[in-house]
Amino acid sequence: MNSENAKGKTTFRDFLEKDAIQSVIAALLCIILGLFIGYIALLIINPSGATEAIVTILKNYFTYPSSSAAMKYLGNTLVKAAPLLMCALSIQFCYQTGLFNIGAAGQYVAGAGAALYCALSLRLNWSICLLAALLAGGIFGTVVGILKAYLNVNEVISGIMLNWIGLYTVNMLLMGVKETASPYTVTVSSVNPGALLPSLGLGSLFTNNKYVTIAIPLSILFAILIKILLSKTVFGYEIKATGIAREAARYSGMKEKRNVILSLFIGGALAGVGAAFLFLSGYEQWSVTQSSVPGMGFNGIAATFLGGLDPIGTVFASYFIQHITSGGSYLDKNIYPSQISDFISAIIIYLCGFVLFFKLHFGGFLKKRREKAAAAEGGENK
Amino acid sequence: MILLIQYTLIFASVLTLVALGGCISEHSGVINLGLEGIMIMGALGGALTLKYISPSLPAALIVLAVIVTSMLCGLIYSLLLAIACINFKADQTLVGTALNMLAAASATVIVKTINIAENPDNVSSTVQYVQTKKALVMNIGSMQLNWFIPVAVIALIAAFVMLYRTRFGLRLMACGEHPQAADSVGINVYKMRGFGVIISGMLAGIGGIVYITAGVSEWKFEVGVAGFGFLALAVMIFGQWKPLNIGLAALLFGFFRALSNVYSGFDFLSALNIPGSVYNMMPYIISLIVLAFTSSRSRAPKAEGIPYDKGSR
Repeated sequence: MNSENAKGKTTFRDFLEKDAIQSVIAALLCIILGLFIGYIALLIINPSGATEAIVTILKNYFTYPSSSAAMKYLGNTLVKAAPLLMCALSIQFCYQTGLFNIGAAGQYVAGAGAALYCALSLRLNWSICLLAALLAGGIFGTVVGILKAYLNVNEVISGIMLNWIGLYTVNMLLMGVKETASPYTVTVSSVNPGALLPSLGLGSLFTNNKYVTIAIPLSILFAILIKILLSKTVFGYEIKATGIAREAARYSGMKEKRNVILSLFIGGALAGVGAAFLFLSGYEQWSVTQSSVPGMGFNGIAATFLGGLDPIGTVFASYFIQHITSGGSYLDKNIYPSQISDFISAIIIYLCGFVLFFKLHFGGFLKKRREKAAAAEGGENK
Repeated sequence: MILLIQYTLIFASVLTLVALGGCISEHSGVINLGLEGIMIMGALGGALTLKYISPSLPAALIVLAVIVTSMLCGLIYSLLLAIACINFKADQTLVGTALNMLAAASATVIVKTINIAENPDNVSSTVQYVQTKKALVMNIGSMQLNWFIPVAVIALIAAFVMLYRTRFGLRLMACGEHPQAADSVGINVYKMRGFGVIISGMLAGIGGIVYITAGVSEWKFEVGVAGFGFLALAVMIFGQWKPLNIGLAALLFGFFRALSNVYSGFDFLSALNIPGSVYNMMPYIISLIVLAFTSSRSRAPKAEGIPYDKGSR
């Protein structure tokens, strides 16, 4: 009838039909639904303070009235978001090869062990500690890769087994450098300040937060590198081809076994470096009596799927996941358990499972509308 | 020695129950990686029943109540997997992992909420069931076993009969091997897969409560079930998806897990002076080795992990 209007609609529809836009819409929907379900859980626990609690989680460091304190705690959130981003990238890179690298948690643990051992026991410089973490994580990943490529072992199960093996090994390894009175390892700053990651003045941007180091920009740099590697290089193309169709990749002459192992090595290295980013900033000490695998690797799964399996999207998703995780710690512990943030992250991952279905149907819906519009237009022309 | 046998039997029964769950789900064509989470939920249901039930009730009733609630919790929780993976064709690995994380987080939240409601200063995630746990114990000679062991044996026999001797079991397996063929002769693949997941949820739910009542009278829900759901999957692969082999594999894995509990009781083992962490690692190392040797000749159901789409033939 009025073609201008139809054309205007079409451009908006074009916009909606873009894959990246659909990913963003899906991620936002997951977040909103996840927060809503979290809010319901808070209401059930204690209805009177629920609204305030969900606001606290979302505000995180903004709960501090002064901007300098808020900046300082923004720094803390970023310090923990950097390793999370690295774990998320690890999972994402392997997912491109069709592998679900749940072993990222163990590769992270291995990296932490190697970095701290080199820093505290061998008293090495930070760059060598970082390299050791990279190799340790990479080796853990390679084991999974070899088992997968040559012996057809399910990477999820072998990854989980290595998570626990890594945890107990690292506990044993760091037993020698723990504080006498506590189960925690001695602080890096007291024993070997040379192993702390350099700050290059970044800390002063965050109200002299001494934990803010080059780790934060480096992790974003890694995200960009992964993006380039996957979308612009032959190796990235082979990785993705192996992920989509392993047999076809082999048929076209790609070394699919090598690609599987290499991608798990890179994935493991990313997670290992992530651990070094956290522990070499001095922000956290390792507890040698801990009996559960750190959640960083698992939260990485949330971040990577929320980020729509895109390295740049993952940067934002990692920040968001860490933002609400840190926000959870500001809740009144005598009313609300801080794990409510983990609960929300887990709900978000679960909902991410529906993204493909959503995209398929949303895309299908748009296509149908377009066909209808085209048919209507065609009818008029007659 | 008696302690070792006792723990071996208890852990083997946990692994048998959960691995059978995994086996039935995979035979229907759905990889259930959420077993770990389902175990936590079953354990939570059972632990809360133990906490609130009156210890003066007859022991048999307590045992029954615990089993039924654990089973129901597992069943309800597994529905989340069934709906996402069967009806919405979601990635089974992703959803399974999400369920594991969700179970750990929500169990901690629930237990903490209950504890805080009782006493605002108690922010731990521990449930205690010292008194009522005694009802679960079954003494044979000087061995302190529990009533879950016969339950595991019954489940094992029932699973064998169901899979190989009933119409339902054979149809279930057809859906995991070749769903298109099953559909063409009028079997509702979605429904069968739903049943597969639900049965696995019930079994894993019982497995969860058995695990957390093995030798202890309280459980800290923050630690979850320490990868036992995944050990069960390793048992299932080692058992080549066959119930009776799974039972034997569970005994082997149960033995190594028991060793980490009781190694200090053996003079020659404690004389070796190996750190406790090595024994803790043992079940995981063994399962890696076993997987390395058995996975290449895998007898996995052919269509497992692939969402069934009526349109694609």
